[in-house]
Amino acid sequence: MRTSPGERLLDLAVSSFLWGFRILIVAAIVIGTIASIRAGKYSSDQWIGFVVLGISQGSIYALIALGYTMVYGILRMINFAHGEIFMSGAFSAYFLATWLNNSGFVDRNPVLGLLIPILFAMIMSASIAMLVERIAYRPLREAPRLVPLISAIGASFFLQYTFRGFFGPGVYAYPPIKALDGQWNVFGFGILKVQIIVAVAAAAMMGILYSIVQYTKIGKAMRAVSEDKDTAALMGIDVNQIIVTTFAVGAAMAGAAGVLYSLIYRQVFFLMGFTPGIKAFTAAVLGGIGNIPGAMVGGLVLGIFESIGPSLFLEGLGITRPYQLKDVIAYTMLVMILLFRPSGILGERLTKKKA
Amino acid sequence: MKRLFTMMSLLVLASMILTACGGGAAPTQAAAPTEAPAVTEAPAATEAPAATEAPATGECTDELGCVTIAPGEPVHIAYWGVLSGADGSLGEDSKRGVEIAIDDMGGKFHDHDILLTTEDAGCTPEGGATAAAKLATDTSLVGLIGSSCSDETVGGIATLTNAGLTTISPSNTRPALTDPNRGPDYAGYLRTAHSDAFQGKAVAEFAYNVLGARKAATLHDGSSYAQALQQVFADNFKSLGGEIVAQEAVAKDATDMKPVLTTIAAAKPDFFYYPVFVAVGGYVTAQIRDVPGLETVPIAGSDGIFTADLLKGAGPNVKGMYLSSPDFSAFTGDYAGFLEKHKAKYGGSTLSTFHAHAYDATNILFAALEKAAVVGADGTITVPRKALRDAIYATKDFPGITGNLSCSPSGDCGAPVIAIYQVENADPASWNPADPTNPNPKKVYP
Repeated sequence: MRTSPGERLLDLAVSSFLWGFRILIVAAIVIGTIASIRAGKYSSDQWIGFVVLGISQGSIYALIALGYTMVYGILRMINFAHGEIFMSGAFSAYFLATWLNNSGFVDRNPVLGLLIPILFAMIMSASIAMLVERIAYRPLREAPRLVPLISAIGASFFLQYTFRGFFGPGVYAYPPIKALDGQWNVFGFGILKVQIIVAVAAAAMMGILYSIVQYTKIGKAMRAVSEDKDTAALMGIDVNQIIVTTFAVGAAMAGAAGVLYSLIYRQVFFLMGFTPGIKAFTAAVLGGIGNIPGAMVGGLVLGIFESIGPSLFLEGLGITRPYQLKDVIAYTMLVMILLFRPSGILGERLTKKKA
Repeated sequence: MKRLFTMMSLLVLASMILTACGGGAAPTQAAAPTEAPAVTEAPAATEAPAATEAPATGECTDELGCVTIAPGEPVHIAYWGVLSGADGSLGEDSKRGVEIAIDDMGGKFHDHDILLTTEDAGCTPEGGATAAAKLATDTSLVGLIGSSCSDETVGGIATLTNAGLTTISPSNTRPALTDPNRGPDYAGYLRTAHSDAFQGKAVAEFAYNVLGARKAATLHDGSSYAQALQQVFADNFKSLGGEIVAQEAVAKDATDMKPVLTTIAAAKPDFFYYPVFVAVGGYVTAQIRDVPGLETVPIAGSDGIFTADLLKGAGPNVKGMYLSSPDFSAFTGDYAGFLEKHKAKYGGSTLSTFHAHAYDATNILFAALEKAAVVGADGTITVPRKALRDAIYATKDFPGITGNLSCSPSGDCGAPVIAIYQVENADPASWNPADPTNPNPKKVYP
């Protein structure tokens, strides 16, 4: 097709604008960072604190993002009710943990006191996700892609307001585990025990998930279904069962994330899933949606940037009260990724494999 | 290409015109029930002197129009405010005050049932605008109580005022809402809550004089309420001779406070004030003692988090926290009697701060209605809206629970006496600031 000079000029203008945009963002980050570091407001301890908080927050995002990415990989659908699955996990764990805590069990067995609520939350989240899949998504599987998306938003509202109806609009304080109070000394830096536990637990869960997907029969079946549903069915794979399993595994991760999140922030309420859900979706896109290691990387990158960004470069740019702009950092990253690398950080490999 | 461009620009133009019409149409529709044309023609028929007799329905000379309530129809008022989300208790608490006031009237006004409906405004400007748009289209409404959060009023008041409605807020405290220069959009707005000009000052004096603080830090959540209140505090604290070492802000839905608290810790404050709402207040309190440098600094909040819900969200760190609130012991009316009715109707202690203010607001509304409404021989009530609004503004020495209330021309009806309370027990079940023997939180100043 011939292009007219006017159109070529327009192309040039657009691409030079985009380049200018990239340079502007990078310059703002660099200048802000230099100015912040030269101002010397924070000690190295505090910088480490930002990074560690970012890692623990990011690993929670990563756990939630796994659910988005796995479901997308298999059904090419964004499960917008996933944030509510996360919330339902946190809620179920709250009631169990409060009961265990009041009975003194947690003080006697801190390890079990942590693990039992996590397991319970995983089971509850997985069951709710399976129900949602059966009721809200499966009947619409052959419908146009927008239809299950709207159904997902409906499911999300339904879950939110069901929990509101049962447990009221107020907030509940998640009981702290006494053994996790205080700090551990890591390489000379004092780091909160909770944050370390959360990061380690999240890493362990992701490791388990990754090996399930890579090295087990069911994982192989999941990958086959995500490559091509029809061919997988011809090879004797029960596609429905694999889809349900995927939902359940993703939801279990979100349920565990709900407990870890509550351990750090100590609050549980019916709308708590919304923001982490959107952030985790951002993380999934950031890492390359459909790609499991991508979700982990995306979550960590997002968490660290969010935690360190306001004090690292926004403050250096002379912006007062930079923490109000924390979400701006997350969503600017999303826009940048969509503009410049729509396949995400680790997306390339996946597209090659699929092509 | 060119043709496509022309079509697109036509489309854009058309949609702009359409939206402009849509925006304009809403107020005209809302104004329709005022029956303005009928009004101007009615006096032309020289029936004006007949005002002393029972006026026939539809005959209305009020510039904002009238609400006509036929026999058997209820007198309809609405409560708008936050009824869901983390701050739901704030609105629910006020709504109970309204309901108790209606019960005290026997649920009737001149043999008409009183109908109370509610509209959730979600404690945001957008929620306030949505609720106001809904209320403005309801032609049966006589008056309103609300909103809960200053943000809701900022978002919705212009719509309500232009629809001829008048609202009395029991819990908005942002100073600008009753500023003498607040503009005509606020003509339909009054409040029985105190202005934060008093509250911020009281907290600053407490911090400087009683706690001996000299370097204070503040945090707000971007709401009109918190932003204004922390600024009033900062101004007063500075004029007392103190120093404000940090004024930070977070988003209203923020959850991880440790980065911003680290920034605040770097400024080394000896007093930390965050007059925010429940969600942020809970997260800050739950996380603050984990941040190096803030392990022991005195913390304070205000009436936005003066609720057991803060204790639910904040956990054990909340013990020892200071909270400012209207001084319940300075109420001149029968507050004890109100609490008994509250207990009998709902069980348990009050949820938040402004139930008594809501009770007073409702009674002021009905006292003004008594003055402004015209009751016909057959029981038909005609409420001229402007006359009702004027009657509310004319309230003078009204014997309320919270004090003897008089409304200023800029809408301030409150009797502000602020006290500082301290949380004694972190268990939400122990929340009862009115308990005579073992109150929690307990008044510590003045």
